[in-house]
Amino acid sequence: MKFDVNHALTWITKANEKIQDNKDYLTSLDQAIGDGDHGINMSRGFKETVAKLSENDYVTVSDVWKDAAMTLMSKVGGASGPLFGTAFLKMSMASKGEEAIDYPIFIKAVEEAVEGVKQRGKATEGEKTMIDVWSPVVKKLQEASDFNAELIRDTAKTAMEATSDLVATKGRAAYLKERSKGHLDPGSVSSYYIFDALADSLEEGA
Amino acid sequence: MAQVGIVLVSHSEKVASGIKDILEQAVGEVNVKAAGGMEGEIGTSLEKIQEALQNISTSEGALIFYDLGSAKMNAEAAIEMLELDNVHVVEAPILEGAYLAAVEASIGKSVQEILESIKKEFPEKG
Ligand SMILES: Nc1ncnc2c1ncn2[C@@H]1O[C@H](COP(=O)(O)OP(=O)(O)OP(=O)(O)O)[C@@H](O)[C@H]1O
Ligand SMILES: [Mg+2]
Repeated sequence: MKFDVNHALTWITKANEKIQDNKDYLTSLDQAIGDGDHGINMSRGFKETVAKLSENDYVTVSDVWKDAAMTLMSKVGGASGPLFGTAFLKMSMASKGEEAIDYPIFIKAVEEAVEGVKQRGKATEGEKTMIDVWSPVVKKLQEASDFNAELIRDTAKTAMEATSDLVATKGRAAYLKERSKGHLDPGSVSSYYIFDALADSLEEGA
Repeated sequence: MAQVGIVLVSHSEKVASGIKDILEQAVGEVNVKAAGGMEGEIGTSLEKIQEALQNISTSEGALIFYDLGSAKMNAEAAIEMLELDNVHVVEAPILEGAYLAAVEASIGKSVQEILESIKKEFPEKG
């Protein structure tokens, strides 16, 4: 199987649906340990991204990811904007020129996305951020030999749930120190929706 | 002669423009732009930061001061996207740091000299 423009567009469309459906939930998670804008930020950013992608006919996956990256960076408004924006921009750069991408390129793209997020946020694993979902997903992708929707979805879900036990040392939640424990990280929950949507797009294309 | 530029990135439009007022009141002509808020709300905007960088003189370089989290990430992204040399995100309290920079810029100090003063004055941040 190859990941093509249709997969890429379905991915973003599905991610947008899940984020809009859970906008208030994301905001409530951010109210508990942040500033309460995560749902609003993600809802605005993904709505604009879907609108932007509907304006063009795309030939390469890379171009879809590039436009998604630029829109997320300028429209989200919180830390998740430059972070998710950087993730998609790195994926775009890693897959440049390919109309449809094979599994090894896909893995490389997501690897570079995680590296980009780490650099942009000056953060690493275990700090109760979206990296705690993205990084385990990359590890599972590397272990597998082909696209596997269920593996992606399950890994992201388990990793998202595990952020509850962590103490935040980056982002707004870090100001709460120990008190951030016992709450899910908002950016990890939206990252789970993004990977859940990726899994949906893989299943639809199959 | 052109001065070192200053860009103020805050989550609040009022905070950024308020700090700009303080600098202008004390120093007079400053090469400074405020980039605060996101579409009228609390947040930070990559586009606003890019615009600010394009609307100050950067011939002598520029310094960006920020308040929290995404302000720094967006400032760094803006510098990368515009491919600017000699523009730096500064680790210092936004008001005090920008004030020091404005005073020094007004007496003709270079970016490097200002960065050294900031490091001496605010060793704890970053
Ligand atoms: N330094 C960082 N590195 C990696 N991820 C981060 C970092 N800071 C925040 N995050 C992620 O971003 C999520 C918060 O996104 P949100 O859109 O609410 O931005 P915010 O924190 O309110 O932004 P701001 O920095 O403007 O206050 C967190 O739940 C976390 O997953
Ligand atoms: Mg927030």
